[in-house]
Amino acid sequence: MSLNIIVLAKQVPDTRNVGKDAMKEDGTINRAALTAIFNPEDLNALEQAIRLKEKNPGSTVTLLTMGLPRAAEIIREAIYRGADTGIVLTDRVLGGADTLATSYSLAQAVKKIGHYDIILGGRQAIDGDTAQVGPQIAEKLGIPQVTYAEEIVDLSNGHVIVKRRLEHGVETVKAPLPCVVTVNGSAAECRPRNAKRVMKYKYAVSPSEMDKLSDQVKAIVEKRPELQLKEWGAAFVEADPEQIGLPGSPTKVKAIENVVFTAKESRRLSDNDAEIEDLVKELIANHTIG
Amino acid sequence: MANFYTDNPDLKLHLSHPLMRKIVELKERGFSDAEKFDYAPINFEDAIDNYDRVLEIVGDLCGGLIHDNAEGVDHEGPTVKDGRVTYASGTLENLEACRKAGLMGMAMPRRFGGLNFPITPYIMAADIVSRADTGFENLWGLQDCAETLYEFGSKDQHERFIPRVCQGETMSMDLTEPDAGSDLQSVMLKATEQPDGTWRLNGVKRFITNGDSDIHLVLARSEEGTTDGRGLSMFIYDKRDGGVNVRRIENKMGIKGSPTCELVYKNAKAELCGSRRLGLIKYVMALMNSARLGIAAQAVGVSEIAYREALAYARDRKQFGKAIIEFPAVYEMLAVMKAKLDASRCLLYETARYVDVYKAYEDISRDRSLSAEERQEMKKYTRLADALTPMVKGMGSEYCNQNAYDCIQIHGGSGLMKDYACERVYRDARITSIYEGTTQLQVVAAIRHVTTGTYKGLMDTYAAMEISPELKPIADRCATMVELYEKAIATVNERKAEAPELGDFMARRLVEMAGNIIMTYLLITDASRYSSESMARSAEVYCNLAESEVTRHSEFIEKFSPADIACYKA
Repeated sequence: MSLNIIVLAKQVPDTRNVGKDAMKEDGTINRAALTAIFNPEDLNALEQAIRLKEKNPGSTVTLLTMGLPRAAEIIREAIYRGADTGIVLTDRVLGGADTLATSYSLAQAVKKIGHYDIILGGRQAIDGDTAQVGPQIAEKLGIPQVTYAEEIVDLSNGHVIVKRRLEHGVETVKAPLPCVVTVNGSAAECRPRNAKRVMKYKYAVSPSEMDKLSDQVKAIVEKRPELQLKEWGAAFVEADPEQIGLPGSPTKVKAIENVVFTAKESRRLSDNDAEIEDLVKELIANHTIG
Repeated sequence: MANFYTDNPDLKLHLSHPLMRKIVELKERGFSDAEKFDYAPINFEDAIDNYDRVLEIVGDLCGGLIHDNAEGVDHEGPTVKDGRVTYASGTLENLEACRKAGLMGMAMPRRFGGLNFPITPYIMAADIVSRADTGFENLWGLQDCAETLYEFGSKDQHERFIPRVCQGETMSMDLTEPDAGSDLQSVMLKATEQPDGTWRLNGVKRFITNGDSDIHLVLARSEEGTTDGRGLSMFIYDKRDGGVNVRRIENKMGIKGSPTCELVYKNAKAELCGSRRLGLIKYVMALMNSARLGIAAQAVGVSEIAYREALAYARDRKQFGKAIIEFPAVYEMLAVMKAKLDASRCLLYETARYVDVYKAYEDISRDRSLSAEERQEMKKYTRLADALTPMVKGMGSEYCNQNAYDCIQIHGGSGLMKDYACERVYRDARITSIYEGTTQLQVVAAIRHVTTGTYKGLMDTYAAMEISPELKPIADRCATMVELYEKAIATVNERKAEAPELGDFMARRLVEMAGNIIMTYLLITDASRYSSESMARSAEVYCNLAESEVTRHSEFIEKFSPADIACYKA
């Protein structure tokens, strides 16, 4: 069975490699100081998508991302690993969106894509850590959602069977298609970029990137449709101006505080097992560990 | 996560060498593949950009997965059961990742599914892989057996086997036997021709790296009654046909992730590759030459990791109130390690480029006859490659052993502990100066280029090159070293009459003198070409080392009385 698979992905600042100048004085993220990367859990989702494609010949994997025009970079990254094509949803009026406006905008884009069998995305993005966008998209599209997925065990006869990684164990669930599946970081790592695909698709560009190309390369892109990435705006996906960007975002940031942890308490234990065990129990009870 | 390509800017510099243009143009033959293959480059810049991007994939995999798996692979190692080898779990992951990344069959033509990369970027990948896991480099690097298959196999064999290698099936070269190590002429494995034209192999091979591979190149005796190299032919054994079992795998000191197998051939079906009787004298010699370049790359990778581990530890470790790197005894060691690393890397890529040029001509000659001028060029570069290959394999592998030794020394007592990577690096380094011909055998291959003047010719070429003014004094010191070198050759020649063995006795010294001088020249020419400050620094340090070595060898040779050989004789 050939599938139309959509992968939702986000280009995020690399908050895992934070240097001294990662935050501005006002406590907001200094995006210029952080490299932009493919959100890690979206890569886990992409791997699940490519595996589905491998098992179901004829399937296509489309990456959908909302962000600045430069987010086309992660579409290329996805194509290098096995995705077929991608769409950047980019528009000035989409800027400043919270999760509600983001999920609305993306859901509109999904509707524009039209036919899809399954939508995969990372559990959450490392810049916001909300884990809300995937589930909200499912709600807006009126389709089921499976969160915390670790592995797509099977997809057949209009259903998907998913292994979920939960706090205290795993759970295997079955959902009808189409549905949204958000994938956990504990799922299989994404495969590496493939040498031939990198050479083949390195000139894949969105319309706004065309100008940077030499005439010779431009001619190649024009000749080969697989190198033409799509760029959609708010009007194109028929988004209601009231529900997107700042106007569509009820979340308002009041203040951001820079918190520096300083250890104030210390406790000295003797080296007997009982005391250590008590401490471990206490730490588990107050959710410091476990 | 580290990227072992991008964190080492020298690699990209070497990729920008001016000779690369010629190499790419010869290799891509007017970029005609671009019409047929959507991943073929359209011009020189596009090709270099491709190499750069693919090496970035290699660097990414090596800085992450392969490096992270190295310790586990070393501890777990491969196992053998019922005649079949199972790799360590980390090795399996590494191979799978390399397959998915499309890093197999890198140098093979596109029509077989390869990337059509020149040798230089391929060797660069080997350098990077070895830094991450030296033992894994063997398994991955055996893909260059496909090159021999390509050079000497029939069209039909190309079509049946090379695509499989490009898809990730592994290879091995089954040469060594219990009584045929350095002396491959003594190979006994028996090949018997069948009425249907296929062959059957019977006998035993030993010390076969990756001996349970999918596709084997086998050296066997096809001519009954012969005892020398002219009775040997090369065969292809396909594991799918069965007949070869792994009797045991060796428990080795280093490169433990790479299974070293004893193989038993029981009427194993095989097919002849190329012509009878040319197995050793032509094909295995070619195979060995590319394998030697691969080992040289492996050695440079080891030097790199040894240097980096030592540097990191020396910066971190504090004694007497300061980091130990601040002590002259330690920083000197580190500077010398870096100089040896940089020198052997310059020599590695110089050699790889020469190999590239002559192989590209050779390949063109398979489709059309070369012009007189092209033939001349091919001859020239073949000779240069022949001269530098044993030099870089021999000296590069010795340097990586020295670097691994010094790496442990800088770690002090901690260096002996399994807690640090350096003890593995030390064990892994050791084989590089042994397999694919010991250093002593590299000298045997190299010495004729001392006597015929190939090395001197290169020195003259380098001396005529333009270099930055601040490196001029080093060039002058090179000129003095060249004088000592020539004098030493003359002295040995003169005194040979008194002791016929003197030539062999002094061969290593003469080859090392040539190596010292050539590597110094390469460091200053490369440092100038790339405006690299770090290479210029290494040139200063290496020149000091080279000068003391050349002087030492010169003194030894000039003062040596041929009669003294008797004192050394067993």
